[in-house]
Amino acid sequence: MVRSMALTGNFAAAYSTKQINPHVVAAYPITPQTTMMEKFSEYVANGEVDTELICVESEHSAMSACVGASAAGGRVITSTAANGLALMFEIVYIAASNRLPIIMCVMNRALSAPINIHGDHSDSMGCRDSGWIQIYNENAQEVYDTTIMGVRIGEHKDVRLPVMVNLDGFITSHKIEKVDVLEDDEVQKFIGEYKPVYPLLDTDNPVTYGPLDLTDYYFEHKRQQVEAMKKALPVVKKVSKEYSNFTGRQYDILEPYHLDDADCAIVTMSSTAGTTKHVVDKLRAEGKKVGMLKVRLFRPFPAEDIREQLAGMKQVAVLDRSESFGAYGGPLYSEVRNAMYDVDDKPNIVDYIFGLGGRDINAVNIENIFNRLMSAPAKMPGDVNYLGVRGD
Amino acid sequence: MSDEKTWKEIPWGGLILDAGNAAEYHTGDWRTERPVHIMDNCKHCMYCWICCPDSAIIVEDKKMVGVDFNYCKGCGICENVCPFNAIKMVIEGQEGD
Repeated sequence: MVRSMALTGNFAAAYSTKQINPHVVAAYPITPQTTMMEKFSEYVANGEVDTELICVESEHSAMSACVGASAAGGRVITSTAANGLALMFEIVYIAASNRLPIIMCVMNRALSAPINIHGDHSDSMGCRDSGWIQIYNENAQEVYDTTIMGVRIGEHKDVRLPVMVNLDGFITSHKIEKVDVLEDDEVQKFIGEYKPVYPLLDTDNPVTYGPLDLTDYYFEHKRQQVEAMKKALPVVKKVSKEYSNFTGRQYDILEPYHLDDADCAIVTMSSTAGTTKHVVDKLRAEGKKVGMLKVRLFRPFPAEDIREQLAGMKQVAVLDRSESFGAYGGPLYSEVRNAMYDVDDKPNIVDYIFGLGGRDINAVNIENIFNRLMSAPAKMPGDVNYLGVRGD
Repeated sequence: MSDEKTWKEIPWGGLILDAGNAAEYHTGDWRTERPVHIMDNCKHCMYCWICCPDSAIIVEDKKMVGVDFNYCKGCGICENVCPFNAIKMVIEGQEGD
């Protein structure tokens, strides 16, 4: 019997964190993340978890405390958003480089300035080269499930990397949805007992974290991280499959939607995938061969899997919820188009930057993109468009 | 350089898995100046031994007898603190070889 709860994305993240029952949580409040930590601190106050909750004075300290606790040998979770993630940026790299499997929920929000509290992906995309595994979630259910899966992914012996669980600020973080949940003991059964590797608290086997690493070995340590990221890809697939079997909810690194016989497709991430599915349903009912590819796993980027999904397609539009100033297109566009370069029957691929600072994207916007794709010439050069901004 | 290991052979994250291993790192490689011990001036007061940051002053039978050049990085603190002008820094390869 599946138990369902009415949860916001933030409460879903808090509830899965409660069931994971990590050794340490260190966090600092920032909109739109705050309600997750408010809820989790209730669990702590009520004695429902064994977690040591460290209320720090900044996000830089939050991630620093997480690094220390994880190096000490604990299972560690935190969360942040936007400027908070920007403030912890230095330590975000250190967490990955020290190979510490910390889980961080990021309620994606626009970076200042001007100050804006609403959802876009500029915060986590700024960390896309930091060495963290990044998974983008469509709704509260995915947030709940991915937090639990993330523990197994990050802690896997071939991986040992931190995992960023992304959800759209306010759109997903504050919207109440029906979420099917596991029981506490089922979550514990799935994640298993934490087996720390090289813990600082093992005084019989002392180790040094964070020594000086100059021209002679730094490059080798970065090469190791490259390898860990490569190995993370099959691990994410394997853990997703295992979790799907465990819960009956299907997860993978990508979610194709009516893609098999489609001529035109939209590639996007997070909550916008939900809106796009709605538009695909409408156009499919009109007999139009359109589909969608939702990218859940952005780091490591599943180039090979995306090639398989998009080869033979005629027209593709990528929807990016962040701008990479001065680049040719948004981060998702650059990755997808690069992945398709060597494919013989590759589609035309255009980019749409949308939703910056929480600007609404609606079904009509998305239908207009499909209409352009369906009426496009056989050969259409790549271009970068700004969707929903006044004055194009 | 030939004994340097590949990325497949070293602990991840730059972790050092052995404790108390500073002796394995020869800071003497850094040296551009070298302390010369002037035995006639030396009173064996051990002030250089106390102040040397790399424990590179060699003491035998309570006497300062020389410098361990595997670890002396040529900082010149010993010359600076010696009350008896018993240590003189010279440029490596130029004097006193």
